[in-house]
Amino acid sequence: MSLTKTDKALIAAIWAKVSTQADSIGTEALERLFVSYPQTKTYFPHFDLHHGSAQLRGHGSKVIGAIGDAVKDIDNLESSLSKLSELHAYILRVDPVNFKLLSHTILVTIAAHFPAEFTAEAHAAWDKFLTKVSAILTEKYR
Amino acid sequence: MVHFTAEEKNAITTIWGKVNVEETGGEALGRLLVVYPWTQRFFDSFGNLSSASAILGNPKVKAHGKKVLTSFGDAVKNLDNLKGTFSKLSELHCDKLHVDPENFRLLGNVLVIVMAAHFNKEFTPEVQAAFQKLVTGVANALAHKYH
Repeated sequence: MSLTKTDKALIAAIWAKVSTQADSIGTEALERLFVSYPQTKTYFPHFDLHHGSAQLRGHGSKVIGAIGDAVKDIDNLESSLSKLSELHAYILRVDPVNFKLLSHTILVTIAAHFPAEFTAEAHAAWDKFLTKVSAILTEKYR
Repeated sequence: MVHFTAEEKNAITTIWGKVNVEETGGEALGRLLVVYPWTQRFFDSFGNLSSASAILGNPKVKAHGKKVLTSFGDAVKNLDNLKGTFSKLSELHCDKLHVDPENFRLLGNVLVIVMAAHFNKEFTPEVQAAFQKLVTGVANALAHKYH
């Protein structure tokens, strides 16, 4: 499942909107993850995960920032995500199932904030993109 | 069995009361077919599914989306007995339609995304969580009679 030229254009267009509120979108996606899928909180016993927590905001910002970097380097995802891929494989070891869950809550958050731009085609492109990012981040697991 | 708290039931019924079943059904089914094109395998008789706009404008897709979401409305009215409510439909999806239950999970999540797009801020993380429980409950109920 590779990204077409059209996909890449749609991904960039949505990112242009997301980047105007990147931190709050990243934070909201994480909040949605922890509320809908409480088991994901097990990876953050050291965090205050309440709404408004500085740690939640910091981490949301980090995650969305990494996604933004991926968008900017979309033709080189394997190499641009290489360090993060190692981090997730050897240090974080987040079970692969959770990447689908976070991908979903990112899409929900984008849909909630930018319904007009989040057309069916944009939705498809972002779903493909996040699936690809997830695959790269779990590639070195074993 | 899935249990809904009073708050979850309230969140679900409040939002559902504002849903345009016809439009939302068509949109959710349409997006399923666009985002996950392999799901088109069940709809050979639907005619033109060659592009996103063809799919979303296709009258058969809209009609079927409405049918599916109307049935979903039964779930909202029977939150305490999803398995019983969908028993016959479960048999139908297994024995006659031969639909992989994974498709129910895909459609459920697409529906959540469509609702987020419609309700924006009102579709809070807590409201979403209640609906995630609902779509999972419905997917499991529809898969329950598979053999």
